[in-house]
Amino acid sequence: MAANLQDVPQAGDDYIFVGKIHYGRYLAVGTILLLLVLLVRAFAVGKIAWPVVGEYLFDPDIMAGIVNSIFLTILVMAVGITLAVGTALMVASTNPVLRYTARTYMFVFRSIPILLQLLIWYNLALIFPRMTIPFVLSVPTTEVLTPFVAALLAFGIAQGAYTAEVIRSGLLSVGQGQTEAAVSIGMTYWQSLRRVIMPQAMRVIVPPLGNETIGMIKYTSLASIIQYREIIYSAQSIYFANGRVIELLMVCAFWYAIVIGLLSIGQGYVERHYNRSSRGSAAQRNDQ
Amino acid sequence: MTPIVQVSNVSKSFGALEALKNVSCDVMEGEVVCIIGPSGSGKSTLLRCINHLERPSSGIVRVGGEIIGYRAEGRRLHGLSDRQLAAQRSRIGMVFQQFNLFPHMTVLENVVEGPIRVRKEAREIAHERAMQFLGRVGLAHKTDAYPSQLSGGQQQRVAIARALAMNPSVMLFDEPTSALDPELVGEVLLVMKELARSGLTMIIVTHEIAFARDAADRIIFMDAGQIVESGPASSILSGAQHERTRSFLAAVRH
Repeated sequence: MAANLQDVPQAGDDYIFVGKIHYGRYLAVGTILLLLVLLVRAFAVGKIAWPVVGEYLFDPDIMAGIVNSIFLTILVMAVGITLAVGTALMVASTNPVLRYTARTYMFVFRSIPILLQLLIWYNLALIFPRMTIPFVLSVPTTEVLTPFVAALLAFGIAQGAYTAEVIRSGLLSVGQGQTEAAVSIGMTYWQSLRRVIMPQAMRVIVPPLGNETIGMIKYTSLASIIQYREIIYSAQSIYFANGRVIELLMVCAFWYAIVIGLLSIGQGYVERHYNRSSRGSAAQRNDQ
Repeated sequence: MTPIVQVSNVSKSFGALEALKNVSCDVMEGEVVCIIGPSGSGKSTLLRCINHLERPSSGIVRVGGEIIGYRAEGRRLHGLSDRQLAAQRSRIGMVFQQFNLFPHMTVLENVVEGPIRVRKEAREIAHERAMQFLGRVGLAHKTDAYPSQLSGGQQQRVAIARALAMNPSVMLFDEPTSALDPELVGEVLLVMKELARSGLTMIIVTHEIAFARDAADRIIFMDAGQIVESGPASSILSGAQHERTRSFLAAVRH
């Protein structure tokens, strides 16, 4: 075992303890620093006009683009989580029809690439030219399935299929005894789910859900293909006009990093919230 | 006087396993009944049938005269809705072997959860009553602790307070001391003896023969899914009629 400096014992009798010398680590650190210098230098002298990057960093179109990316992500996750909770509960049901329906949904939407789903939703008008609710209304499908709606449906429904597995593992992580305790004090199924099971399941659910949200922020960039005005679409509109391709892509990269950095910090807070009951305890005795 | 708990011809099968075979027994108001017997004899299953955590395969359980889990219309029994069954269960307290406290809630939150969410008590009143119950189990000073910060004995006493807070007409204890370290068993049994003296109706599945002798009005001995015999604690423990009871008692006393 490698010892840190502060772990080196002070002294005993006439001996002095001396820390180990980690040649391998020094070599690795040196190599990393060298590569870092080379990388920074390459980008500094490369053909990127950094002032242009700065110029477009707060461009109104770029800002509108990142806001649209975030907006779409929030709604997609809302749709996804709603579908996922329903699906997870259906998978846990004793009714075989509910169970198989949920399983089929998960299978279908996890098997088809997300880009393909996006294109299918956007082009649904080719199969169904009009959407009709009998006696109420009938509209051309293209008017309903705008780029935004198509992206929301494609990402939301696919996300639901993935997140269902996360919610399910969360529910399974809470022991049967908790449900029994909840119903034995007179709670209904929904009360026990909301007050007892879900708050505990969240400890298992939040970390992967945070990762999926971060993943979804990035997936929304695919919606630029169907002309949804998210940040990459905005950047492309600008560089098609002025030719500053790399500079505008760097602007996008900057904003993605900022948003995802903030999300990661937020995720840390949420995780701490759901772990609060185990703080300050040496032993977890009651996890049955 | 009618019994508060009436178990009539209850059977329960899990697949091919017959856990209970046509069991009948009554418990009077204020009575303390201990159910003893070897593991796998159906003791816990019987207890769990009383508050419908297990649905009997056949037979009827009544608590306070009401059929548990069903509504009778003439000779037909209709299964109760989730909400109606919850209302019945709210009047039957249960204490589990593994405590099953809600780990994400403090001690006080555990105790007021049922009164506030189920009985719709006002928050201040629920808190005040919770403090009384926590005082009764000797844990009024632990209100803000989380279950993981408590010993097993303390957790089980909180679980007892949580069940008491619903003002149950009967309390079911499913091996309440079996998961405890030996030195923590006494404090839980002490609380239970106190409750027994206060006139609470209690049905206790236990392996603590000494406790049964001190606290129980009646002992039921079960084996292989059936009640072998039942009677006053003293007569079962010192003068059991059946060979099976005598050999079980000899084995647990060694």
